[in-house]
Amino acid sequence: MRPFAYDRPDTAAAAVAAVADRPDAAFLGGGTNLVDHLRLGIADPGLLVDVTSLTSTEIVDIDGGLRIGAGVTNADLAADPRVRARLPVLAAALLSGASGQLRNMATTGGNPLQRTRCPYFQDPASACNKRVPGSGCAAIGGATRNHAILGASEHCIATHPSDMAVALAALDTQVRILGPDGGRTLAFTDLHRLPGDTPEQDTELAHGELITAIDVSYPRGRHAYRKVRDRASYAFALVSVAAVLDVVDGTVLDARIALGGVAHTPWRAVRAEDTLRGGPATEEAFAAAAEAELADARPQPGFDGGNAFKIPLARRTLTATLRQTTPRETA
Amino acid sequence: MTDVLEPRAIGRDLLRRDGGLKVRGTAVYADETPVPEGAGPPAYCRVVTSTVARGRIVDLDTTAAEALDGVQRVLTHATAEHLASTEDRELAVLQDAEVGFRGQIVAAVLADSDEIAREAAGLVEVRYAAEATNAELRAELRADRTDLYTPEKVNAGHETDTATGNMDDALALAPVTLERTYRTPMQHNNPMEPHATSALWTGTHLTLWDSTQSVHRVRDTVVQVFGLAPEQVRVVCPYVGGGFGSKGTPHANVVTAALAARALPGRLVRFALTRQEMFALAGHRTPTIQRLQLAAERDGTLRGIAIDVVEQTSKVKEFAEQTGVPTRTMYAAPNRRTTHRLAALDVPVPSWMRAPGECPGMFGPEVALDELAVELGIDPVELRIRNEPEVDPETGRPFSSRNLVACLRAGAERFGWADRDPEPGTRRVDGWWVGTGVAASVYPTIRMTKSTATVRREGDRYVGRIGAADLGTGAYTVLPQILADALGVDEARVDVLLGDTDLPEASVAGGSSGTTTWGSALVEAAREFRDEFGDDPREGDEAAADVPPNPAEQEYVMSAFGAQFAEVRVHADTGEVRVPRLYGVFACGRIVNPRTARSQLLGGMTMGLGMALHEQSLLDPRTGAVVNHDLAEYHVPANADVADLQAHWLDEDDPYVNPMGSKGVGEIGIVGTAAAVANAAWHATGVRVRDLPITLDKVLG
Ligand SMILES: Cc1cc2nc3c(=O)[nH]c(=O)nc-3n(C[C@H](O)[C@H](O)[C@H](O)COP(=O)(O)OP(=O)(O)OC[C@H]3O[C@@H](n4cnc5c(N)ncnc54)[C@H](O)[C@@H]3O)c2cc1C
Ligand code: SF4
Repeated sequence: MRPFAYDRPDTAAAAVAAVADRPDAAFLGGGTNLVDHLRLGIADPGLLVDVTSLTSTEIVDIDGGLRIGAGVTNADLAADPRVRARLPVLAAALLSGASGQLRNMATTGGNPLQRTRCPYFQDPASACNKRVPGSGCAAIGGATRNHAILGASEHCIATHPSDMAVALAALDTQVRILGPDGGRTLAFTDLHRLPGDTPEQDTELAHGELITAIDVSYPRGRHAYRKVRDRASYAFALVSVAAVLDVVDGTVLDARIALGGVAHTPWRAVRAEDTLRGGPATEEAFAAAAEAELADARPQPGFDGGNAFKIPLARRTLTATLRQTTPRETA
Repeated sequence: MTDVLEPRAIGRDLLRRDGGLKVRGTAVYADETPVPEGAGPPAYCRVVTSTVARGRIVDLDTTAAEALDGVQRVLTHATAEHLASTEDRELAVLQDAEVGFRGQIVAAVLADSDEIAREAAGLVEVRYAAEATNAELRAELRADRTDLYTPEKVNAGHETDTATGNMDDALALAPVTLERTYRTPMQHNNPMEPHATSALWTGTHLTLWDSTQSVHRVRDTVVQVFGLAPEQVRVVCPYVGGGFGSKGTPHANVVTAALAARALPGRLVRFALTRQEMFALAGHRTPTIQRLQLAAERDGTLRGIAIDVVEQTSKVKEFAEQTGVPTRTMYAAPNRRTTHRLAALDVPVPSWMRAPGECPGMFGPEVALDELAVELGIDPVELRIRNEPEVDPETGRPFSSRNLVACLRAGAERFGWADRDPEPGTRRVDGWWVGTGVAASVYPTIRMTKSTATVRREGDRYVGRIGAADLGTGAYTVLPQILADALGVDEARVDVLLGDTDLPEASVAGGSSGTTTWGSALVEAAREFRDEFGDDPREGDEAAADVPPNPAEQEYVMSAFGAQFAEVRVHADTGEVRVPRLYGVFACGRIVNPRTARSQLLGGMTMGLGMALHEQSLLDPRTGAVVNHDLAEYHVPANADVADLQAHWLDEDDPYVNPMGSKGVGEIGIVGTAAAVANAAWHATGVRVRDLPITLDKVLG
């Protein structure tokens, strides 16, 4: 840990300019992830630009949905009556994450950008391509319980830890970004990257690009978020599922599904959605959708027993969550 | 038989005397010790720890660290003072270039602020000649290792191996036999307050404000390691934010703090371990591999019981957990065997963790008994009752009191055991498989031989003095209760001062022995006081006494017993394991204060629940590093994991143990819990998990 400067400019544009100017500058949200990284010695920015008060802390109505300021805390977002009523999958995902204290600090901008909990990433003495490109990946053959079963590469097998991001990936979500060259909008599902041979790059954001808000549309259908973890609370997901299923007369009109804990990104379950759309909302169809989504899943061996169990677990959790979104037959 | 006190204050549900201070945040812990008058500005210590598990330091460059503004000293094996004794290798901090485990202290930076110390520590560059390639590193415990050895003794001075009758014959002849292997993982103590010391060297005199379970033990250790006279060292510890055994013996951090203080005379040096450092420097519980053999008649009568234990120690220093010891006391059987074998590995030094020996050592046997009950079609409560011994099975000595059967019966009653259908995997409620399980608990009643107390009249109060420790256990509250009854005065007029080597010498707060030992010394001192000064003492009248010998300890085996009942739910889709009910019923002598005793028992059971479902240090065999070295990754139960948790006790009169009639409650709660949960998980699902923790992947099958 080395000394760093702290700045809190008045405007978002000034913050962007400040960070874009210095390769070793970083935005600071609630700090619940970044400050830990400073302490662990795995991040050493020379300048922190606090953006909590200059991005909006408001949630405003937009056409068919909500615009959530990047400064809105996870706690406030989960408690918002519109989110609870119209986006329950998001509220549930938020409330399943971290602890009350952390959710009071964590922000809408910071949460999706939190970095992997891979223990080797968090230990400066371990080889890690994400932390030090080209140094190797200590996780391969190490403790892999929390690692990926989908979309991993030989360079990195990490997972994305956020719950909120899994719900956002399932929903129709746009990320509003301000960069040195002005604003742009990105579909949330295009924000995160698979590791490939550049695992050091978590997202498509360029240095100095600031998330100013996140737009979410209200979907049709019933929502469910299911998080499976190693203790009842205060643990990252082994597998999580966000699902919104629009079922009319027993037929799936639309399906929005994402998985957490399984990949380097919040994993939009396109194959499962395609399998379901237009078909019946039955246990068999759900199982087939889960089967299709996990067809390419690959386990990681590890001295801790590895993570092969996550493949059936993801399948079963996905099936169970879809069941949860479907009104029970009144027999 | 000892003279048991007439209980007046003893047994009362009195509030913790230090509770208010702690709730208000004004109790001062080691790292917050105010700078004493006359001392210079405080200094802060941060350490650099080894990134290899075995090897030699070949180059250690401190130039950049020393060049940093505000850095006072960088101590390394080249610059640190030579210690008078390096016999204890764990405590031989910065004495040579050898590295014996990953996370060992290789340099200590002293600076004017914690931030500067931390930054400077990051600038120290260390190069190692690693002796072992990853593949050769010896960090993995397996029962088939060829380098297992037999330790001379196991922890607490127990015999390493014991045998009675002929176990092989018993296995050959008995109609029913069972052989199974059980495993418990490496675990780490994680008290809220990390290991911390504030240290001040004034030129001739060292004062350590240390978070410890024994100020005298810290003093004696430091005296020996540094070659000082006892008068030169004072250790002070008013409050401890938990220890669980990890602060029972001084670790390298205390020596480091003393080295640091002596390098900066006149300045108070603060040194607190980080959470990550605690996983290498503050001890751990060894993983255990337990092979159980049972030989039984069809009616459940045991003909033989054997446990063969394989566990690890560090190459740096031996610690042999007494995992097989509880099997020596639990059940009657004419043929018996217990053994311990160790592998000395390139790992940090193991040490005490709540109920060393009993805690891991009651997992295998109590699950094995459940498996035998299933095999025989006998209720597991009943099977235990049928094997209740009349005398201690190995020594043949009578028990001073033993109420295991009563605990089993009372627990079964409270829990509603009678209606239990023994069939596994048949009850499903709202998508969860439901099952119940039972296991026994045991913990020896230990009284240390040495402790001294004084009693003094001050104003209209009586003040007891003993250098004991309150780890949050309640010693500050229960010792005045005991002293008041011994003096025959109102408890409100009694104080007991603790936690300072300026007070009379006290034994360690360990082995659930605090109340029995310190209480015995205080009672004896009160007797002396009464004998000498009668009912109307004058200001300053004072008497002192040591723990008196108790001849009954030679005649009787003294132990507390208990029974734990668990309900487990396993989610049918995901395998998630929950414990909606966990009831413990204990017979642990007279309860001095129900509030603090219940808190100990519930705390022990909660920790046992964590052992059952969560706790597991992942030691990477490639590097010797514990990879999940923080509380986000090393799981202990969260509030949501703890549901209907109850601790009860039976009235137990034991005239032999000590004048309080008490047996110690600090550790028994963690013993047997994991087995009860594992047995219930089997009953819920039909899946027998024999290696802890019981994670969802194991029950999902
Ligand atoms: C013990 C523990 C348990 C946890 N458990 C969970 C859990 O179960 N589920 C879960 O989802 N999360 C969990 N978390 C993580 C927590 O949710 C994240 O730390 C938090 O959401 C991060 O938000 P923040 O605002 O504090 O981000 P910060 O730490 O401030 O920043 C994170 C990253 O985002 C960047 N950043 C911040 N704001 C912006 C912005 N507006 N534009 C561009 N970049 C920005 C920062 O530069 C930094 O790189 C846990 C954390 C801890 C410590
Ligand atoms: S999995 Fe990724 S984050 Fe983890 S060590 Fe490998 S490269 Fe680093």
